[in-house]
Amino acid sequence: MTTNGIGAAVKRREDFRFIKGLGKYTDDFNLPGQLYLYVLRSPVAHAKINGIDTSAAKSAPGVAAVFTGADIDASGAGGLPCGWLVTSRDGQPMKEPKHPILATGKVRHVGDPIAAVIADTLNHARDAAELITLDLEEMPAHVDMKRATTVGGALPVHDEAVDNICFDWELGDKAATDAAFARAAHVTKLDLINNRLVPNAIEPRAAIGYYDIGRDEYTLYTTSQNPHVIRLLMGAFVLQIPEHKLRVYAPDVGGGFGSKIYHYAEEAIVTWASKRVGKPVKWVADRSEAFMSDAHGRDHITHAEMAFDADGKAIGLRCETLANMGGYLSTFAPCIPTWLHGTLLAGQYATPAVYCNVKAVFTNTVPVDAYRGAGRPEATYILERLMNKAAQELGVDQAELRRRNFIQPNQFPYQTPVAVVYDTGNYQASLDLALQMADYAGFPARKAEAKNRGKLRGIGLASYIEACGIAPSSLVGALGARAGLYEAATVRVNPTGSVAVLTGSHSHGQGHETTFAQVVSDKLGIDIGAVEIVHGDTAKIPFGMGTYGSRSLAVGGTAIVKALDKVIEKGRKIAAHLMEASEEDITFENGTYTVKGTDKAKGFGEIALTAYVPHKFPIDQLEPGLEETAFYDPKNFTYPAGTYVCEVEVDPKTGETKIMSFVAADDFGNIVNPMIVEGQVHGGIAQGIGQAILENTVYDENGQLLTGSYMDYSMPRADDVPSIKVGTTVTPCTHNPLGVKGCGEAGAIGSPPAVINAIVDALKDYGVDHIDMPATSEKVWRAIQGGMKQAAE
Amino acid sequence: MPNLSLEVNGRSVSGDAPPHMLLVDFLRKGLDLTGTHVGCDTSQCGACVVLMDGNSVKACTVLAHQAAGSKVTTVEGLSNGAELHPVQAAFREAHALQCGFCTPGMIMSTVDLLAKIPNPSEDDIRNWLKGNICRCTGYHNIVKAVQIAAGQMRQSAAA
Repeated sequence: MTTNGIGAAVKRREDFRFIKGLGKYTDDFNLPGQLYLYVLRSPVAHAKINGIDTSAAKSAPGVAAVFTGADIDASGAGGLPCGWLVTSRDGQPMKEPKHPILATGKVRHVGDPIAAVIADTLNHARDAAELITLDLEEMPAHVDMKRATTVGGALPVHDEAVDNICFDWELGDKAATDAAFARAAHVTKLDLINNRLVPNAIEPRAAIGYYDIGRDEYTLYTTSQNPHVIRLLMGAFVLQIPEHKLRVYAPDVGGGFGSKIYHYAEEAIVTWASKRVGKPVKWVADRSEAFMSDAHGRDHITHAEMAFDADGKAIGLRCETLANMGGYLSTFAPCIPTWLHGTLLAGQYATPAVYCNVKAVFTNTVPVDAYRGAGRPEATYILERLMNKAAQELGVDQAELRRRNFIQPNQFPYQTPVAVVYDTGNYQASLDLALQMADYAGFPARKAEAKNRGKLRGIGLASYIEACGIAPSSLVGALGARAGLYEAATVRVNPTGSVAVLTGSHSHGQGHETTFAQVVSDKLGIDIGAVEIVHGDTAKIPFGMGTYGSRSLAVGGTAIVKALDKVIEKGRKIAAHLMEASEEDITFENGTYTVKGTDKAKGFGEIALTAYVPHKFPIDQLEPGLEETAFYDPKNFTYPAGTYVCEVEVDPKTGETKIMSFVAADDFGNIVNPMIVEGQVHGGIAQGIGQAILENTVYDENGQLLTGSYMDYSMPRADDVPSIKVGTTVTPCTHNPLGVKGCGEAGAIGSPPAVINAIVDALKDYGVDHIDMPATSEKVWRAIQGGMKQAAE
Repeated sequence: MPNLSLEVNGRSVSGDAPPHMLLVDFLRKGLDLTGTHVGCDTSQCGACVVLMDGNSVKACTVLAHQAAGSKVTTVEGLSNGAELHPVQAAFREAHALQCGFCTPGMIMSTVDLLAKIPNPSEDDIRNWLKGNICRCTGYHNIVKAVQIAAGQMRQSAAA
């Protein structure tokens, strides 16, 4: 390991601009003559649009144009595409209603875009929007998922799904699973809610569309995690702009967590409108607008059961889930509760039979899609709550029950009963590390001491596994993906030996400008200061699928390694020629090509210069230059796994939960920058704590969003999250050259069940065996009251 | 449109600002100081924190004209060129930022904290920074950064 190579905790170079206030986020860009877009959004959840009168708005001060869905349709523009086709268990494709850019015919959620007002100032646009008259015929809103599927006489959200069901999907062997339950010594049952969350990256979404009439070219600045994907989706499916005429630039982006993956209406509107008004068009979301227009996350209702034999070994798991899609299908929505969820229901355990049924439901709420973890937190929550409930019922310690059921190290590669094959892991090791770091053995003493202070202390484990590093293209294609999930990298060596890496990955907080540079510095043996990582601009980078699903290092990093290998190989040919040796006799190490067994050597810098000044050069066999591209399609998902331990104190008088300690023991395979990895785990855990005890997205029965701003939606703050202890064990990934598994989402996946398990543990003397997320003070207090009442009866 | 004069980052500035203009908009649009960010519309997130006459304020909740005649410091005014203020250096040292969007506000709040409480406890720090929401870091490293900066600045003051 060099000081700045793989494994070093290198400080981030991108920090300089951020700490100086010199970052350039989308709202920091201003184009000459730009106009401002204000989107008029539906104030009601479900209504027929009988008319939209924009005449007064069109002649309001400063207004350049007002557009509605009719204008979009007349232009031939398409709707927002869905990138994944899920097939129901009866073989039918999912219902795939149109997702218009501006609502046509109906509005389907509070916040549904209805009209686009473009004016010389944002205030003029806002004022003009108030002059638009909407003739909306309100209809009953479908909000509660269970009630939504039994529509009765009410009109469904989409005509093509009369029962509001988008698809009815299954995974696993139902017969084998039912048989396991039939012979079980013990069955644990649980009804669970995985609460709807709003991702709330602190930078609101923004977009600037610019049509250059002189060149007949479009530019879109956007807060995206994947600019090439936006270019493809918007260009090919929505606005029919050929890719060579469309540049998408995602500059500094202030967090994403999944919410900035999707192609949103506002991106298409600013691009489309710019041509029509002849000026750049800029849009920035308000926070309360973001609450009703950014894709939400999670929102599952599940009934789950786990069957055990007489020795406490899990022999079967089955669950039924209603998964909310919201009012329209967002870009990746269908795969989240299916292929990214059902496939994780074996967890770290050798359960032989698993069956999962998921019904996706349309409701009159904001569309739901991936949010940090995307399907894996939902699966992990089911599994890890069942394990703890079972442990309690069987009278077995929660760590011991897990131990009995772990897949053993000698069983890898391990074929789960839910399609995926785990490459490698050692779940015992991360459990042991977690228990040691958490001083699990010392808990009874801490519990007794807390009791003396009138507090209820609880400890909860969660052993998670996830599938990330997405994904092998042909595998996901067979499952309904409409995209490939490879990654691309170009390594461009400059004549003076510095290197630019053009990566299809995108950093919106992950630190790739530093970590990818570490990989290059390490592999080429050059100074990290000579390496530049370029990301975010389709004008500079050939292609990419972007950053999400903990894939950047595993897939993007591997593409870089493969391009580096090609560069090193070409360099070897040049070196052989320069040193008049044969290629087979040239070794490359620490930035130097050496003729084996001699002291003849050439530095990488000299090879680079020779490539561009090809005088002493094998010009008949080799082209000048030193630049290589690689597209890498992964062989499998990667499977980070670990155990988290959460310890809480509950105040029985108020129901308030204080997190006393949080321990994370993760196996991410090989680690490139431990400082970055810890940061990712901290952030994920904070979001998981938020889900478990603070955050909830609440709609009333009319589909009005009650938690519509930071006033009502409880974001985790500095005094809500404890200090976190992070440790790692390592079983290198077997199928990529860096041996890495990815770490971006683990924190958000393993933490909610750890927290709830701890709270339930704290309340067990009151006979409480479950509490739904978020476990607010009120819920916890009521559970205690309920338990006390039962005990008294 | 009424004229507004104040000092920003040590320089006298003067400009026209409508009465309803927010200080954050005056800074971002009037003065091209885009380091101060807007993250919400209910005065909760703290991405817009600046110093006004030595105290941290949320620039989204101050009218530009309320700042007339005062000395305002934004994140851009903490250091010149390639130099770093100890708080800025500590944030980098401790990996206390990821996407960077909450960071200017977090840094300005920290500067005020350390001016008022030069040796803050962890509770002091977490309590003070309640008004600065970060979605990326989970706050763990931000607390470390504040502690590092506090130590640095106490040392420099003593020297």
